[in-house]
Amino acid sequence: MTQPRRSFQVGTGLFILLGFAALTYLATQTTSIANYQQGDSYALKAKFSNIGQLKVRAPVKLAGVRIGSVQSITLDPQTLSAIVMIGIDKRFAEIPDDSAAAIFTSGLLGDQYVGIQPGGSPDMFKDGDEVILTQSSMQLEDLIGKFLVGGDTAKQGDQAKTDGSE
Amino acid sequence: MNAPRRNMMLADALAQVGAVGLFMFSILAAVPKSLRHYRETVRQVWFVGAMSLVIIMTCGLFVGMVLSLQLYYVLTNFGGTAALGTVVALSMFRELGPVVTALLFAGRAGTSMTAEIGLMRATDQLSAMEMMAVDPMSYVVAPRFLAGILAMPLLVCIFNALGLLGAHLVGVSWLGLDNGTFWGNMTSTVEVWSDLLNGVWKSAAFGAVIALIATFQGYTTPPTSEGVAYATTRTVVSSAIVVLALDFVMTAFLM
Repeated sequence: MTQPRRSFQVGTGLFILLGFAALTYLATQTTSIANYQQGDSYALKAKFSNIGQLKVRAPVKLAGVRIGSVQSITLDPQTLSAIVMIGIDKRFAEIPDDSAAAIFTSGLLGDQYVGIQPGGSPDMFKDGDEVILTQSSMQLEDLIGKFLVGGDTAKQGDQAKTDGSE
Repeated sequence: MNAPRRNMMLADALAQVGAVGLFMFSILAAVPKSLRHYRETVRQVWFVGAMSLVIIMTCGLFVGMVLSLQLYYVLTNFGGTAALGTVVALSMFRELGPVVTALLFAGRAGTSMTAEIGLMRATDQLSAMEMMAVDPMSYVVAPRFLAGILAMPLLVCIFNALGLLGAHLVGVSWLGLDNGTFWGNMTSTVEVWSDLLNGVWKSAAFGAVIALIATFQGYTTPPTSEGVAYATTRTVVSSAIVVLALDFVMTAFLM
């Protein structure tokens, strides 16, 4: 009597264990949680005049390889620019301290990320350093605006030239 | 002549819905008492959950494989094969996992619940329990209902995990997609609460509904061999309809 009961209880236990193992695996390996976990990291500060759609936990990439993530985004009340704190994995400690940070978009309509373009300085970034060279996110509206206004000014310039020649 | 009969059918259908509703309340009322027979619940989890593993795992693997193959074929037209992992994971977690598992669960576990309880009814075992002052609602029906709610989410997680394994086999090992792209795009898009757990909540509701229908059909079956056969068929048919309809409603609310 006890033997069959034992075996189905063990079977039930194994089944429940397997189910929760599958849930844990799915939750930690296939969802965005997999990106949160990271080893020891060091922080860098970067000021941008416009961060576009950049979000906290957005990836930081160097040569297309993910090396860290955005940890916080705040506004500097003095300069009225955005301060982006980025955490970079300790494994990637040798990044020259004249490297530039720029905000790019993955694909045409994808999420935005911080791209690091390596410089040539012999000194490396240390924890808490500031990235001096930054390039803000490319705003599609600005681009279109510039294109339209640029076309207008060119026309006006042409007109002025013709006016001047007359 | 026709109109009264139609009214009768309508009234019958309404009475059926009402009876299921009342049956659900009596199950819920019997749940606290059934916790004393927790061994029975464990045995039912073993029977409807652990014994369904083989069919769930095989089907999950093949669903993931065919999904990967089809999506690869479609996405090549747009040069978007990098999104394969994301699309497979989202469609499995949000829809295919809960719904396909629920349909398989209705066929594998729901039918046997109906047949078992129906035969208990046909052979007067339920009446015998009542005579021995054992409440069949709390000893027979409620443990099966609880087992349905407990087993379905776990089965869905296993189904999803095997599905992703199948998708990975086809997409990465066979069709040559980049492994990092497959997982990287998936992890950057899929969210735990809104995608993975969304499907898990749904599957718990499906498990409850299937167990409710199966136990109701078994409990109220005419005590003949033909009656049990019809009740088993009705369990599969109405479970499938209710699961798909409930899926739409729950998705609309959980979005």
